[in-house]
Amino acid sequence: MGRKLLLEKAHVQGIRTYEVYRREGGYRSVEKALKNMSPDQVTEEVKKSGLRGRGGAGFPAGMKWSFLAKPEGVPRYLVCNADESEPGTFKDRYLMEFIPHLLVEGLIVASYALGSNRTFIYIRGEYAWIVDILEQAIAEAKHNGWLGKNILGTGFDLEIYVQRGAGAYICGEETALLESLEGKRGNPRIKPPFPAVKGLWDCPTVVNNVETLAAVVPIINMGGDEYAKIGVGKSTGTKLISACGNINKPGVYEIDMTISVEEFIYSDEYCGGIAHGKRLKACIPGGSSVPILPANLLLKTAKGEQRMMNYESLADGGFATGTMMGSGGFIVLDEDQCVVRHTLTLARFYRHESCGQCSPCREGTGWMEKILKNIEYGKGKKSDIDLLWDIQRKIEGNTICPLGDAAAWPVAAAIRHFRDEFEWHVQYPNAAQNRNYGLAHYADPLPVLAAPKA
Amino acid sequence: MAQFSAEKLNKVNEIIARYPAGKQKSALIPVLHLAQEEFGGWLSAETMDYVASLLKLEPIEVYEVATFYSMYNLKPVGKYVFEVCQTGPCMLNGSDDIIEYIKNKLGIKVGETTADGLFTLKTVECLGACGYAPMMQLGKHYREHLTKEKIDAIILECERNAVTNN
Repeated sequence: MGRKLLLEKAHVQGIRTYEVYRREGGYRSVEKALKNMSPDQVTEEVKKSGLRGRGGAGFPAGMKWSFLAKPEGVPRYLVCNADESEPGTFKDRYLMEFIPHLLVEGLIVASYALGSNRTFIYIRGEYAWIVDILEQAIAEAKHNGWLGKNILGTGFDLEIYVQRGAGAYICGEETALLESLEGKRGNPRIKPPFPAVKGLWDCPTVVNNVETLAAVVPIINMGGDEYAKIGVGKSTGTKLISACGNINKPGVYEIDMTISVEEFIYSDEYCGGIAHGKRLKACIPGGSSVPILPANLLLKTAKGEQRMMNYESLADGGFATGTMMGSGGFIVLDEDQCVVRHTLTLARFYRHESCGQCSPCREGTGWMEKILKNIEYGKGKKSDIDLLWDIQRKIEGNTICPLGDAAAWPVAAAIRHFRDEFEWHVQYPNAAQNRNYGLAHYADPLPVLAAPKA
Repeated sequence: MAQFSAEKLNKVNEIIARYPAGKQKSALIPVLHLAQEEFGGWLSAETMDYVASLLKLEPIEVYEVATFYSMYNLKPVGKYVFEVCQTGPCMLNGSDDIIEYIKNKLGIKVGETTADGLFTLKTVECLGACGYAPMMQLGKHYREHLTKEKIDAIILECERNAVTNN
């Protein structure tokens, strides 16, 4: 059984309340950091831990903190990104719903390290009931002296506020989030300047994901070096994976990044295998934006090595034969699922969520949805497949923010690995509307590559 | 014109106080949520103008925000709004059938409201409940692991609530 750092106490009866959370050892990291460490020492521990941002990009959190500009007399802000909206991802919701004090605790320590006296949790608007849970936890923490003025007599002041969004995937992008927090449309900003220099209300700002900030608690409690021993290589610590799709046990799992993808899918501790005794067809392991992989490439890399649930192994082979850890939204497709239809729902999602600032994304996402709809509903042409490929190529890298890439990658990967299924839709439009293409060769063992000729 | 009660105005001021002086525009999104809850589940031009005056903004600053975010309704909706997710993970678990079933059961298309003004059906994109699919949002809460039987029960529950609350 893997080591649990975040969810270890999530199911203790009453852990949502301050009394139980404190009794179980909560808020120790605040005492340790505020009383015995300087803000820079806290940042140093996070750097040593190797913690990578858990929102999707995987950027080292300690390094992000150290980039924060600290001009005299200018306030600095920490903003927690709780705008969890990537299809397949529901891990932050789980943390906030079941163990809200862990996030509050992490926010206090991180705010101290960064010198933020006013910290915001920006939460997606649909998570309305979680706002109440968080505000309750914040009120309890304040009542017990962990927030407010002169915390623990150290002279450090902090208030935490929860701000609800109103339905916009794009606000998970950090500069769009800041725009939204300023009361504007969620249009991403051109970078540089980066938020670390010019963020919320033009002040230096760090934006971190919920899970990243929660992970600060065990890092301070055990020390950065100890935390870095968990996991493998540059994938340190534990990661929350939200598993969904056609599996027996959908849910949120904490893994220590040393287990294989195969074990994650089939072991009873995690997904419990494919639902209804079916076979695995494909999987998107890191949220809808990352490339889909057919079963054979998912379980083994192109080199024939077992694929593991960590940043490096999932990315092994680049986009040609690999994928990404992303946000940990693990979407499993069984043998009866249609890749074209699934890709269509994702294309529709990105068209709906494009903010409209950059024309390649605004127009391109709409074109991709239309073409995929035609193919799915028996009106596709063979040339449409190449057209789709061409459009996604022209979106990728040509937009202000990564939503363009996020919209392009799922389409590209679906064509890359499942081109025959697209062709079948075009060739047999009637059959395609009555039944699915099935498993084809996607679960076959990987071909053994011949040695290159000298 | 409809205005916030004294209690809600206190709430507005409480929200404004979260931000540094002069940054009350940041209160716009939360205050629009409040306004939508208070004034019939949608934002009329009149309501948006009122919010603009409260926060000392130009009306256009409110319109451009209200039209950007999907949770704000810009036309009247039914008393109960079914917001059914249709994105990938929900689709894999049968959300298409659930949407079809609701359409037939209520006799409306997506985006429409029943003649009695009780129900509106909307499809939405991923609400972050993928492990509990298929799902929908109803008011403040999520209804998850939907089945046809559950939909029947939810509709009945809404109809009963509508009677007791009137």
